[in-house]
Amino acid sequence: MKTLSDKLLGGKQGVLGLALLALLIMVILPLGLDIFRLNLVGKYLTYAFVALSLVLLWGNGGILSLGQGMFFGLGGYCMAMFLKLEASDPISTKIQTTPGIPDFMDWNQLTAIPWFWEPFKSLPLTILAILIVPTIFAYIIGFAMFKRRVGGVYFAIITQAIALILSILIVGQQGFTGGVNGITDLKTMLGWDIRTDSAKYILYYVNAILLFGCIFLSRYILTSKFGMLLLAMRDKEERVRFSGYDVSDFKIFTFCVAAMISAIGGAMFTLQVGFMSPSFVGIVPSIEMVIFAAVGGRMSLIGAVYGTLLVNYGKTVFSETYPELWLFLMGGLFIAVVMFFPDGLAGIYQKHARKIPFLKRWVAEEKQKQTDAHASHGKASTTLGAEA
Amino acid sequence: MSNTDFILAIEDLTVSFDGFKAVDKLNLYVDKNELRVVIGPNGAGKTTVLDLICGKTKSTSGSIKFKNKELTKLAEHEIVRAGVGRKFQTPSIYENLTVYQNLEVSYPRGRSVWGSLLFKRSDDVMTQVYKVAEEILLKDFLDMEAALLSHGQKQWLEIGMLLMQEPELLMLDEPVAGMSAKERDQTAELLNRICQNRSVIVIEHDMEFVKKIAHKVTVLHQGKILAEGSMDKVQADEKVIEVYLGH
Repeated sequence: MKTLSDKLLGGKQGVLGLALLALLIMVILPLGLDIFRLNLVGKYLTYAFVALSLVLLWGNGGILSLGQGMFFGLGGYCMAMFLKLEASDPISTKIQTTPGIPDFMDWNQLTAIPWFWEPFKSLPLTILAILIVPTIFAYIIGFAMFKRRVGGVYFAIITQAIALILSILIVGQQGFTGGVNGITDLKTMLGWDIRTDSAKYILYYVNAILLFGCIFLSRYILTSKFGMLLLAMRDKEERVRFSGYDVSDFKIFTFCVAAMISAIGGAMFTLQVGFMSPSFVGIVPSIEMVIFAAVGGRMSLIGAVYGTLLVNYGKTVFSETYPELWLFLMGGLFIAVVMFFPDGLAGIYQKHARKIPFLKRWVAEEKQKQTDAHASHGKASTTLGAEA
Repeated sequence: MSNTDFILAIEDLTVSFDGFKAVDKLNLYVDKNELRVVIGPNGAGKTTVLDLICGKTKSTSGSIKFKNKELTKLAEHEIVRAGVGRKFQTPSIYENLTVYQNLEVSYPRGRSVWGSLLFKRSDDVMTQVYKVAEEILLKDFLDMEAALLSHGQKQWLEIGMLLMQEPELLMLDEPVAGMSAKERDQTAELLNRICQNRSVIVIEHDMEFVKKIAHKVTVLHQGKILAEGSMDKVQADEKVIEVYLGH
């Protein structure tokens, strides 16, 4: 029988994968890169949260959301609102008509902080909002869609439309949201300057730990009966329904978890990059995240992280030299992955890793153990039956 | 409609698709522990009746009572939880999962979101899986990916997935389609065993197979019952010969 640690680590192969990823993120990258580059990596790793959520939702659940950017954005905005309020104390905003409110509100003739900004004066409430607001939003969308059995391409289009609506709304409500510039000039969190090098190192590690936390959470979900049901639903939704499950409940839950994971990424983005803007909410970022997950392998949690890092590394390198070609290259990459490597990097790894001798032996041993367990239990139950 | 001793009582059931009445004022009663076979020419409404019972299609009018509980207003999963199991015409199994997992997923515990997250593979689950696997002759294939099974084995696996739920009413849509002669015999034995403590409704075309299993046969034609009774009686019925067996 599987123990909890087995479930979270995913057996021997899972431990190896996690250890390599941890080594790369926690040791190799921080030692090998200067703080400017490491901060960039930290930014990419916040996208990995979204890619991770898509592995749950799309890879395992078969639900393609083209609007995960909105949850990333909501998480990011919640964090940015807190930091902005802290940065807008009456002393540093004394040249404004109304000191003590965020600068963009002042420019838009607002004289008081709007009611929905009030909770963001408190850090605990902000952290709660980061987790809860996107989840409730996802619950409403999920309930409306999945209870009516909207799925597949229709769901993808609707999520995309909602992401677009949200980004337009944010741009349009300049006085409340900072408009197209977003929320900028974020300085401190409870007096702690987040712009210093040491703060960037700490935030990078906090981000990494949270990312591993989300990987463990996703692992737990995927290795439970819930995960098996997700695969079953992707394969034969009708059969699951006629086995006595309310399929929509499972989809809504997955969508909510995916939203929450994306939002954590968004909040960490704001902290590490120092601003949040509508350009991370709309269609383009949402689709980019899908590409990260596809390149990494949409079935693999760890693959999603590598996919995100790799595509963003490519983006940085290429857009420095050929900025106008990058989008075409990324589109081409997506098509190539879907056509030739539908399981992405993780698929390529799994295909070839089996040929490495010691890995092969390792995995084979584990399989044998499982088979033995079945065989012995089967025998036990037969003899029991005979006695009875 | 008053309460009855029947496990399933269908009265005045009608469903129309754009004016076409696929099932027309149907009355059908199934006893406890009975194995009923429904036959009829193509388009007679056989599969539609099963769809109506299990909630896949909503009826236009009429009533379906299972153990005196009205099913027409319930959602699909609620009907299943009430004790009705349904096998589809084409084998409907989870190809990516192993035989063991296919059976385990069908175990009727941990059916809610939180229940499934906290579900433990306890001994009673495993015992039930092995018991059913033995029943459906797939004991030696537990670790095999379901996609690799033969067509006949897939049909058995789906029956096994239903047995995991211990339904009181089991509905099978063409369970021996695409099976070899030997597999048909084995399936007939299987059905005769599993109807010991539950009612079974089978839709089937293969008359040899029907003879082996049926307690009672219902002949459907154009959404209505044409004849009902023992296989011999039905085969001798002139109306039946005319529309169906005579062809």
